[in-house]
Amino acid sequence: MTEVLVLVDSLGGTVKKSTLELLTAARSLGEPAAVVLGGDAAALNATLAEYGAVKVYAVDGAELDGYVVAPKAEALAAVVAQATPAAVLLSSSAENKEIAARLAFKIGGGVLTDAVGVSADGVATQSIFGGAVSVQAKAVKGVPVITVRPNSVAPEAAPAAAEQVTVAFTVSEAAKAAKVIDNVVEAKGSRPQLSDASVVVSGGRGIGKAENFSIIENLADALGAAVGASRAVVDAGWVEHTMQVGQTGVTVSPQLYVAVGISGAIQHRAGMQTAKTIVAINKDAEAPIFELADFGVVGDLFTVAPQLTEEITKRKG
Amino acid sequence: MNIVVLVKQVPDTEGDRKLNPADNTLDREAVDPVINYIDEFAIEEGLRLKEAHGGEVTILTVGPERATESIRKALSMGADKAVHVTDAALHGSDAIQTATIIAKALGTIEWDVAVAGSEATDSRMSVVPALVAEALGAPQLSQARKVTVDGSKVTIERVTDTGYAVVEGQTPAVISVVEKINDPRYPSFKGIMAAKSKPIQTLSLADLGVDAGECGLANAWTQVESFENAPPRAAGQVVKDDGDGGTKIVEYLASKKLV
Repeated sequence: MTEVLVLVDSLGGTVKKSTLELLTAARSLGEPAAVVLGGDAAALNATLAEYGAVKVYAVDGAELDGYVVAPKAEALAAVVAQATPAAVLLSSSAENKEIAARLAFKIGGGVLTDAVGVSADGVATQSIFGGAVSVQAKAVKGVPVITVRPNSVAPEAAPAAAEQVTVAFTVSEAAKAAKVIDNVVEAKGSRPQLSDASVVVSGGRGIGKAENFSIIENLADALGAAVGASRAVVDAGWVEHTMQVGQTGVTVSPQLYVAVGISGAIQHRAGMQTAKTIVAINKDAEAPIFELADFGVVGDLFTVAPQLTEEITKRKG
Repeated sequence: MNIVVLVKQVPDTEGDRKLNPADNTLDREAVDPVINYIDEFAIEEGLRLKEAHGGEVTILTVGPERATESIRKALSMGADKAVHVTDAALHGSDAIQTATIIAKALGTIEWDVAVAGSEATDSRMSVVPALVAEALGAPQLSQARKVTVDGSKVTIERVTDTGYAVVEGQTPAVISVVEKINDPRYPSFKGIMAAKSKPIQTLSLADLGVDAGECGLANAWTQVESFENAPPRAAGQVVKDDGDGGTKIVEYLASKKLV
């Protein structure tokens, strides 16, 4: 059976949930084979084995993070040459999409981004135009390279051998054109990262002023969620630009998205329309967000949201 | 400094965008076209680089004939001239093909930096700048929220999940910008009038020495097999708050095992 390569994303020595989802999805396409670029492959091995990796390709990474994207694309191309896989799967993040595209170019394969599902014959389902249209697309040339949105697939354990394979690789000079001089961490606090969080609570113009944003933060903390905001809130200067969910901000694809005081203009919807479950609170019954919501409450967010926070906190005991 | 700004014309996001069932490509007639939103920020950044370092700003667009409307708008913001690659054979090209064409077109222009928007609102792939860098072997300085040029060295602040990275490369370099980078200027009346006579050079595939067999729908590396208008998400429940709105939400979440 042919292998399907899965690029491993990890944080702090732990395999990310999105990778476990990809390993699960890979099973219907072939034999899942994880690829660890840099980092400590041995430390990740047990988890990768548990979620079905038949092999784990480890590429030594001294220079992989020192230059933007190109070295990782090159390293993946080297693994592709060795493994001759049926497909390559990556989680959809800004950087991974760039890696995927450059890899596809190198290996002469079609690239498909932001899939919300991949069928056994490699057909990717994509949601476009703010959710208005659903597309079935396929790579028709070479080895397909597909990026998959987080939370598209439920991860399922399926223990496998996770045979460790070291791949010899040196970054070419050509791949060192964009050098990373420094990495600055700005995000503070212990909340989950917005881009791949399972639960996101976002606040919109309805919250009225910066001081009221704590209503959103309290609800997020009760749910263990990441905090997002609409464009209006960011433009008003109530929160950092990094929290903006929408077409020109962060695109999220969580299990649960709670929109508080957000009207749901298409510009915002484009950034969250593939969320599995959407809950909305807005005082305007005509707000477009209600067309998208699985459950909506027409009411005053200043009473509904705190009540929701309290009820959730009570449930957690 | 020779600055090229990559501009794409796309259907207005606010419109009812559609795919054409005849060949599953973008239906460009369904909605009025506009300059891709983030490209306005790329144009602005190009103009600022010119103001700081001298030189010229050339707009480069790959697109159908009607894309000239967007090119004129870019020129009215202050760009000096434009190159428009247009050819019927380009219809239905995918991202990799498009990036290859852009790279070829850049080969006909003197350039130190090529500035693009990070993402187009229609396709939302955000891969073309990276692909152009790959095709040219140029530094990929993408997702920039700040750009600084010092001689032949270009430094950006690249947005990351946790903050930003400081990245450096030598010209000629490919840059893509995010919305946070600047505030685009509005074209002045004088700028709009001046744009009418600024030169737009039109290039066909033959002019670029590109074989029609390398582009277009039939030769694309990916194909849309089918599409459908997404059904409205399975009818959602909307309730009015009667002093119990929050409680009702928790009950719903519990029923879905989300709390």
